[in-house]
Amino acid sequence: MPAAQPRTLFDKIWDSHVVERLEDGTCILYIDRHLVHEVTSPQAFEGLRLAGRGVRRHDATIAVADHNVPTSDRRAGIGEPESRVQVETLERNVAAFGVPYFPVLDDRQGIVHIIGPEQGISLPGMTIVCGDSHTSTHGALGALAFGIGTSEVEHVLATQTLLQKPARNMRVDVSGTLGFGCTAKDIVLAIIGRIGTAGGTGHVIEYAGEAIRALDMAGRMTVCNMSIEAGARAGLIAPDQTTFDWIAGRPFAPAGAALERAIAAWRDLPSDPGAVYDRHVALEAGAIAPMVTWGTSPEAVLPITGSVPDPDQAADEADRARLRRMLDYMGLTAGQRLEDLAVDVVFIGSCTNGRIEDIRAAAQIARGRHVAAGVRALVVPGSGLVKREAEREGLDRILTEAGFEWREAGCSMCLGMHEDKLTPGQRCASTSNRNFEGRQGPGGRTHLLSPAMAAAAAVTGRLTDVRQLG
Amino acid sequence: MQAFTTLTAIAAPLPLANVDTDKIIPARFLKTIKRTGLGVHLFDTLRYDAAGAERADFVLNQPPYRSAEILIAHENFGCGSSREHAPWALLDFGIRCIIAPDFADIFHANCFKNGILPVRLPRAVCDALMEDARLGGNARLTIDLARQVVVRPSGEEIGFEIDPFRKHLLLNGLDDIGQTMQHVDAIDAFEAARERQQGWMPAITLG
Ligand code: SF4
Repeated sequence: MPAAQPRTLFDKIWDSHVVERLEDGTCILYIDRHLVHEVTSPQAFEGLRLAGRGVRRHDATIAVADHNVPTSDRRAGIGEPESRVQVETLERNVAAFGVPYFPVLDDRQGIVHIIGPEQGISLPGMTIVCGDSHTSTHGALGALAFGIGTSEVEHVLATQTLLQKPARNMRVDVSGTLGFGCTAKDIVLAIIGRIGTAGGTGHVIEYAGEAIRALDMAGRMTVCNMSIEAGARAGLIAPDQTTFDWIAGRPFAPAGAALERAIAAWRDLPSDPGAVYDRHVALEAGAIAPMVTWGTSPEAVLPITGSVPDPDQAADEADRARLRRMLDYMGLTAGQRLEDLAVDVVFIGSCTNGRIEDIRAAAQIARGRHVAAGVRALVVPGSGLVKREAEREGLDRILTEAGFEWREAGCSMCLGMHEDKLTPGQRCASTSNRNFEGRQGPGGRTHLLSPAMAAAAAVTGRLTDVRQLG
Repeated sequence: MQAFTTLTAIAAPLPLANVDTDKIIPARFLKTIKRTGLGVHLFDTLRYDAAGAERADFVLNQPPYRSAEILIAHENFGCGSSREHAPWALLDFGIRCIIAPDFADIFHANCFKNGILPVRLPRAVCDALMEDARLGGNARLTIDLARQVVVRPSGEEIGFEIDPFRKHLLLNGLDDIGQTMQHVDAIDAFEAARERQQGWMPAITLG
């Protein structure tokens, strides 16, 4: 009997979820978990209503509002009318269709990509979808997790399946150990700097290697979160003991004998030796420095010790024009040292870096220091439970005593909704994932970096090499 | 979803490349909770001036083209965001078919999901069809999906390629859900088997 073809983690999850393969190679793919939020779901529920359809698997679906919730005290409700309508519409829809929902004032409310893993709703080996591109975050658990459009949200609600074609396999190996002051965020920024924002197009990226294995679950989620910024459909990390230990005891995770059986099944998930990848990239963790983006694309990234590139050195005229436009928008001149750039705002939060570990990292830098004069620094926990845990550990006091604002959970300044947004020309050190023009508010200038680097920028008032703060 | 079989209609020429989703419908209109009613904002910045008055020189503001159901454009139509507001706005205005040398991937897929037929034809052919379209109400184009041809006012037929599966769905007015529902027995069986193998998989129920 010929040996079975070695398969990747992606291949295994994919194969075990194919309900049927249609003529043209499209597969009906079964979906284990569907996370629903207020921005991309209203028209999907409207579509169900118009067609007289219902939700197939209420027990595989969870809804929460995150993009439109204010991060100031919200017991008074949502002031901004359009945001309020979106949240109220979600509340009406989940009630009408019987979908489980964490209300805005519930401690379990938070950014959808934070609460899925936190609640044990996202588990290894699952297929997980959400109408949001950063669904790739959940891949850190060893789940195939990807963002979908509103038509597909409706499709999953109605059928618990999606029509999909398999992606290609890509493997990114990060060997060695990270240096002092460097984090998961620096790894993923370095990867995007290397392969570019189209580097993963059409692929699912599996992150592997000693430096990835050494990451805690929060760090793994940070890495997988930004897979989409590398153009990939999803990111994956094979589940291991770190994963299993982290899952045990979470509210919706299996427990006792059921967990034992689940772990036995999950141990079969990692890629087989000899599995073939369509593309392979290798990085050395020891060579990674704290990273910061300087432009309006996540690939426009450099070590903090670097300087703003010179457009005139670019390869061709199209590149020169693109770089000039970035420098112009970002208010930078060629050759400026990144460490000389003064910041107006610091944002610590988002589905990339809004977990308790991220807040601990920020508090460690903030302890005994103070936010520089003229700088506004916000810390926005990724969920109500992250907030509560941080308060239990006293991190909120360290941060507020250092002059940081301590806010309620939500997407907040990641995408510049309601009061949490930049004004034109403001420079922001942000732990989020996108630095596109206007992403954090019209005319706002975003520099992406790690939570520790963001806190360092807050206390010095400029982009700073966190390693110098010890 | 409305079936797409043959369409004989006025075509509007839009000789622009890289028409992005923000041009099709600016981001400020995306906070809607409905998929209908977006047609008035279609091409908002091209169609209206700062005061909100129609720009007379924009094609869709000119009499015959107000009832256009076909749009002809240049390369990379629909690039930008993955949000479906762009096809919703086009459909709500009445556009059922877009002809261009190529389309952005996600927009292309989103068109099919919403009953709009995107037709890829070489740039030179698009330019020739634009000349036909410039004749306004006197020159209708016909799109025959079953035969995969565009019929010019002269009677000349131009063939186009289309994914057979997508064609089947459009011809029968099946949205993806309707199509998948035809396999509901397979989904039931899959779910039952999974339930047996993975009894540990917890249900999401809130007390
Ligand atoms: S935190 Fe930012 S990236 Fe994450 S889901 Fe919210 S808006 Fe999207």
